[in-house]
Amino acid sequence: MSTTLLRTFQPNQFSLLGTSLLRRRRSNNFTVRFCGSQTTTTHEAKQSSPTRVAPKNHKSNKLDEILRDYEAVIGIETHVQLSTLTKAFCSCSNNYGSYPNTSICPVCMGLPGALPVLNSKVVEFGVRLGLALNCDLSLKSKFDRKQYFYPDLPKGYQISQFDIPIASGGYVDLDIPLEFGGGHRRFGITRVHMEEDAGKLLHSDTGDYSQAWNLYLNRAGVPLLEIVSEPDMRSGIEAAEYACEMQRIARYLGVSNGNMQEGSLRCDVNISIRPIGQAEFGTKVEIKNLNAFSAISRAIDYEISRQALLYNQGKADQIVTETRLWEEGAQKTVTMRKKEGLADYRYFPEPDLPEVILTKEYVDSIRASLPELPEAKRRRYEATGLGMQDVLFLANDFSVAEYFDAVIGKGAEVKLTANWIMSDIAAYLKNEKLSINDIKLTPHELAELIATIKDGTISGKIGKEILFELLAKGGTVKGMIKAKDLVQITDPVEIEKMVIQVVSENPKQLEQYRSGKTKLQGYFAGQVMKMSKGKANPGLLNKILLEKLNAKD
Amino acid sequence: MLSTLQPPRSLSLLPLRRFRNSKTIVSAASSTTSVISPPQSQILTSRRSLLSGETTAVEIAKSYLSRIRLTEPQLKCFLHVSENVLKDAQVTDQRIAKGEELGPLAGVLIGVKDNICTQGMPSTAASRILEHYRPPFDATAVKKIKELGGIVVGKTNMDEFGMGSTTEASAFQVTANPWDLSRVPGGSSGGSAAAVAARQCMVSLGSDTGGSVRQPASFCGVVGLKPTYGRVSRFGLMAYASSLDVIGCFGSTVADAGMLLHAISGYDRFDSTSSKQDVPEFQSQFLSMDHFESKPLNGVKVGIIRETLEDGVDSGVRSATQEAASHLEALGCVLTEVSLPSFSLGLPAYYVIASSESSSNLSRYDGVRYGNQVVAEELNKLYECSRGEGFGGEVKMRILMGTYALSAGYYDAYYKRAQQVRTLIRKDFKAALEQNDILISPAAPSAAYKIGEKKDDPLAMYAGDIMTVNVNLAGLPAMVLPCGLVEGGPSGLPVGLQMIGAAFDEEKLLKVGHIFEQTLKGSSFVPPLLANVP
Repeated sequence: MSTTLLRTFQPNQFSLLGTSLLRRRRSNNFTVRFCGSQTTTTHEAKQSSPTRVAPKNHKSNKLDEILRDYEAVIGIETHVQLSTLTKAFCSCSNNYGSYPNTSICPVCMGLPGALPVLNSKVVEFGVRLGLALNCDLSLKSKFDRKQYFYPDLPKGYQISQFDIPIASGGYVDLDIPLEFGGGHRRFGITRVHMEEDAGKLLHSDTGDYSQAWNLYLNRAGVPLLEIVSEPDMRSGIEAAEYACEMQRIARYLGVSNGNMQEGSLRCDVNISIRPIGQAEFGTKVEIKNLNAFSAISRAIDYEISRQALLYNQGKADQIVTETRLWEEGAQKTVTMRKKEGLADYRYFPEPDLPEVILTKEYVDSIRASLPELPEAKRRRYEATGLGMQDVLFLANDFSVAEYFDAVIGKGAEVKLTANWIMSDIAAYLKNEKLSINDIKLTPHELAELIATIKDGTISGKIGKEILFELLAKGGTVKGMIKAKDLVQITDPVEIEKMVIQVVSENPKQLEQYRSGKTKLQGYFAGQVMKMSKGKANPGLLNKILLEKLNAKD
Repeated sequence: MLSTLQPPRSLSLLPLRRFRNSKTIVSAASSTTSVISPPQSQILTSRRSLLSGETTAVEIAKSYLSRIRLTEPQLKCFLHVSENVLKDAQVTDQRIAKGEELGPLAGVLIGVKDNICTQGMPSTAASRILEHYRPPFDATAVKKIKELGGIVVGKTNMDEFGMGSTTEASAFQVTANPWDLSRVPGGSSGGSAAAVAARQCMVSLGSDTGGSVRQPASFCGVVGLKPTYGRVSRFGLMAYASSLDVIGCFGSTVADAGMLLHAISGYDRFDSTSSKQDVPEFQSQFLSMDHFESKPLNGVKVGIIRETLEDGVDSGVRSATQEAASHLEALGCVLTEVSLPSFSLGLPAYYVIASSESSSNLSRYDGVRYGNQVVAEELNKLYECSRGEGFGGEVKMRILMGTYALSAGYYDAYYKRAQQVRTLIRKDFKAALEQNDILISPAAPSAAYKIGEKKDDPLAMYAGDIMTVNVNLAGLPAMVLPCGLVEGGPSGLPVGLQMIGAAFDEEKLLKVGHIFEQTLKGSSFVPPLLANVP
């Protein structure tokens, strides 16, 4: 739609935006400016280095004791921003990082008379995610309006789903990494629903004392899927791993880039604690502003400690229903707003959009197109005999798993392939700050490399040497072996010649060896290897060398 | 005062007839003398004279503009008159000169209700909150009109955001009824209805959420056509109650209203609630009288809705409706009385649903992105002041009612209940329309009343919508056309007959309506105001 509408859409031309744009700001007054023409700095969450959570630093022993008496109950609401080409209800492009207020139209700006039209990709992605989370799909769902006033919400309501979400009643399986105690977990998924994102309202950097704000609407109307978990998590690690798994699934499915820094994956945590053995839940606190998995884990640990201490000190009444903000710098949560009763969003069915009807055939076709999901991959890798550490490493990243699968698909041995990827290739990626998609070494050539070492054509040492060249420049293993003449020397006669030469050229060392300084064998082996330019088969070399050294003339 | 002004030169070609200056009740079938020829389509008349070279689009446009100049000071139908009318008419003339094919609306002068977006032309829904707002796009209906050669004359006055039945709730001016300047033109599309009645434009667009096209049509003595929900795209119509709103058409004849409807109908990918139903060619229904058989509506089953003729309906309106029914019988229709048991539940259900949806639809008017932003000390104040100063009393009242009805704890008692009533009403209509081709009723319980008469009594005003709201709840098409006059004003006041059809069967309404109109003897529905305008 934007192509047709934007052609005629000239901000300011009809004084459309003029009143708010050109208003002279008086000091100490609140204005909202709709910014169309200036660059601004975006506020990005600063990633500070992980430090330990404050309460644990002090009196940690005592705290650990207290914590033993309580159990945390944690649920997570995850907003996944969908990587559709266009927005949810108009045809504006959905691009992160576009110039401010360039990807907008009458629909996502909430101009009078504009109407939403549902992007069918949003439904498709909703179904994909619903199926991946083992949910029941609503063959007939609908949209509702969630109503509240805020400048970043152009229509004064958010189009969302209220009582009939597209998917509900699912679960997700995951494995806790060994360093956090390991183990398999299943967490319930309450629901998945479709909705639209709001814009952004940010302080403008005017330098005067007025409360001027700038309004950015590129994000307004971008499609989201909100995933609500059951309150099944009990620790910060579990919650962080849950969030991680959501990111992984979103990326496996290709419904989102899942990037937390860009806000493509946003997690709000609900947490309460209760004395162990108590059935009722404690007072629930919501934590926002969690921009990294580590933040989720640490914020929860902090909150558990804070609430446990309050309980322990008989101040449980100070735990109130509220929204708290995680402060990354201070490594603590602070009150953002206290809720007085439940907010009334006055939901009612969106009259501008028809019901969303899914046919069984449609759902089946999407089910058939789903990729292998992280959990299935992990179980498959585990069944090949790989250890859990290897399994998690390989399955965590969709691209790595894809690469790994491609290599073993070429017949390479599983464990050897895992070792190559996890050690040398991983180290290379880390040093060069690259992703596995960036490397020039094709899965086929890695399989070739592994096979060439295994069959003894080249030594493992040479294999490693050419690996880095293959990673950086590409090419074939065969070609490189040929060009560099790297084939291992396995002819005993040839090796014997070199051994004889080395031994005869070092009479002094030979004498010392024979008088008991047998450590010098290494010296001889090194000289022979040097002479062979590293190509001599080490086993053969040592065998022949020993024969010659110990031979009685 | 009007007579002192110079009459425009080219008015003679207009299909205007002098109105009989009678104070007696004149209703459809009671007059037998017929010195008056049946009303003629302004669209077809002007097209004929354009094609024959008898006149030019510019001449026609000038004549209408001069009539606007003459009558507008009294009537105040328009909030904005386009400065491009003559330029647009010139384009039409150039096309004729070049022998290019003419669109079906070539040179047709069209008034557009102010809540329908017109690109670059003020579109305010008669609200302060949108004062000076000019949309960057045309509503789909307006876009279609322009593509077919139609010329937008200007933006017509209305009750703010369509909320009202008198056009007194406009933030800018009160429109007078051309039949009696001391009376309201009805509403909310009062400006569009009065403009067509006063021949300030040939046809006009209105919007109908609960009767906002049909009731002013009745008050002003013109044809008002409310299509089936989904027949016309709502894209560009500033939403009042999305599940009820439709864009409708006014004309001085059934044919004009029908041709305008044909032009704006059809599926629109920018409105998910618009229908993919085929739009039939209505024009074949508009035969001239020479082609009528003796009983041209033979066998057409007409149900007269019993509940609409009970207490609370003016006797003049009742007898006009009954005589219209007799006229239909004389044309060959089979008349039966039908009962809609849920009829009286419609009004409260309508006001709950319409208020609820409007409370949501009007949330976007916050002064943040467009419209007037009041600078305030903090965010809540910015909203409070921008909306507090921007909205009028009626709008605020309905937003409050709707907000209340949707609140937690009240939703089930109000909104949900009203939706259940809506289902009942739909069922009753469906059953009645399975037995009948069309249903008839008065368009309103009374003829036009005095300006200010119901201003402080909103419930009395809301009660006037009783004949029309059910049709919106059921989403059906309906047409109001003048059927008689009752006493009042200098020369009587028009009364409209409402015809309700099955969903997407506008064609039948137009057929029956056209024959009814062309055969109605004795009344000419041209307001007395025009007697002084040559």
